[in-house]
Amino acid sequence: MSADVTGTTTSPPAMVAAAHAGAVRPRRFGWWYIAEHQLRQMRSYGWTVVMTGIGSPLIYLLGIGLGLAAFLDVPVASGPDGPVDYLWFVAPALLATAAVSVTTEEFTYTVMGGFRWRRIFWAMNASPASPQQICTGLVLAVTLRMAFVSTAYYALMVAFDAVGHVAAGALLVPVGLLAGLAFGLPLLAFSASLKEDTGQFAMVQRFVFTPLFLFSGTFYPLSTLPGWLQWIGWVSPIWHASEVGRTLSYGPGPGAWPIAAHLAVLAVMAAAGWVVARRVFVGRLRG
Amino acid sequence: MSQPVISARGLTKRFGDFTAVDGIDFEVPPGESFGLLGPNGAGKSTTMRMVGAVSQRTAGDLQVVGLDPDSHGPEIRSQLGVVPQEDNLDTELRVRENLIVYGRYFGIPRAVCAQRADELLGFAQLEDKARSKVDDLSGGMKRRLTIARALINEPRILMLDEPTTGLDPQARHVLWDRLFRLKERGTTLVLTTHYMDEAEQLCDRLIVVDKGRIMAEGSPSALIRQYSTREVVELRFGSDRNASAAEQLAGQADRIEVLPDRVLLYTDDGERLLERVAHAGLHPTTSLVRRSSLEDVFLRLTGRSLIE
Repeated sequence: MSADVTGTTTSPPAMVAAAHAGAVRPRRFGWWYIAEHQLRQMRSYGWTVVMTGIGSPLIYLLGIGLGLAAFLDVPVASGPDGPVDYLWFVAPALLATAAVSVTTEEFTYTVMGGFRWRRIFWAMNASPASPQQICTGLVLAVTLRMAFVSTAYYALMVAFDAVGHVAAGALLVPVGLLAGLAFGLPLLAFSASLKEDTGQFAMVQRFVFTPLFLFSGTFYPLSTLPGWLQWIGWVSPIWHASEVGRTLSYGPGPGAWPIAAHLAVLAVMAAAGWVVARRVFVGRLRG
Repeated sequence: MSQPVISARGLTKRFGDFTAVDGIDFEVPPGESFGLLGPNGAGKSTTMRMVGAVSQRTAGDLQVVGLDPDSHGPEIRSQLGVVPQEDNLDTELRVRENLIVYGRYFGIPRAVCAQRADELLGFAQLEDKARSKVDDLSGGMKRRLTIARALINEPRILMLDEPTTGLDPQARHVLWDRLFRLKERGTTLVLTTHYMDEAEQLCDRLIVVDKGRIMAEGSPSALIRQYSTREVVELRFGSDRNASAAEQLAGQADRIEVLPDRVLLYTDDGERLLERVAHAGLHPTTSLVRRSSLEDVFLRLTGRSLIE
């Protein structure tokens, strides 16, 4: 074994110098080491990551593009040049939803696992990594998974001719990530504050994520909903990201908000979630 | 004495109105095996968390490897190996992977982590389990893996919080053997335990802690000499007769303790005392003469048993 501990022979200044030297890389790259661990851990459910990343968009695009769209005689949405294919309308929303759905898994059960079930956040906490770095590393790993899902989705959108401007449409990938973070980071803060899961995550799935998915103008324009339901879209990262995506794909529809307004809402939600999540991690791990 | 690797003065931790650690002083020189002995809730783990630079002290001074944990947490943690009370291995990774990912937290290059992981698996007698899932390991193997993981950064101080709680006797002895080897190599060990045999086996020096305060400090043998007699006679008369038998034995021993299930008589010559008990016409259902232990020290200091 190489655990050649020199504590009996090291002079005090050398002891302090060794401690300073030992913290240089962790202080700078601790967040990345945590992300490395999370990514390695994702390999244990790698098939789930791949199948949901590719299988899910395949099913949705086939079902809607070849199925539902064939029954729609009346145009559902319009761009600057008039009515657009239903598949063009719905595909950006599906991409944003896919990114958001990654966070409903990774920022709930994975977080509870880290704090309570497998307690690996406590193991990380005993290392030079700070609670903020642990939070950041987790977010980075999940963002990379979202990037994989969003990129796969976009590639299939192109293959299914579900996007107008292919080059501009590529920005749907980062917009999807922003939507995922806008929804996911507040969820992360909530999950990190829970001492145990007594059904809260199932409630989030059924009563937060599913309504957002259905009432965010995903399958029809938000304006077709009664006024008292439209607020769901206004607070929904899925709606804001979908609207940006549609503008990027085929141009702004009638009455569309400026892209900057949607992006600002998403950025504020993500930033607020980020600040609170990091504070919750610090409070929990350094209490 | 060389500069201590840990130095605490008036170390205090409060949670609201509750004082978990109440102004304790201690020093740990390099290479020493230092123990905190006390019952559950004595403040041992809280002290360990402050020394481990993951919990801020409420008051007092604390230096670990010559630095203040409040301002140099990452620096201090880079020099520590921590074995927590509850295993927190990543059960979704393989045994060897657990060591490698943990080494990365310290900024150790991957190739070095891999090399150290193989060496440490040998030290922990887990070479043939390298590719196993963590859940397939026994409790003792998991503890050894956790200790191996704590050594991946070649720590100056290895901190162990109740390292053998929940293990069967055989697994405890295997673990003690591994820790004893580290001690022989000069690793500074800091451990908490409520098992007196563990403290006697592993600690050069210890503090007895109760209700956040230090009750006594010294080597296990010195504490026993100071606070107990050489031998102890344990007599059982039945729970309803222990107290009356103890009254009859008053003056026969240096000290008498009446516990719910037995009477303890402290003396330097247990066999002779046992003869006097027989001459007094008392007939315990069981009798035992043993050497004094830290359990007796704790009983003397606090009036309570370590394991309640």
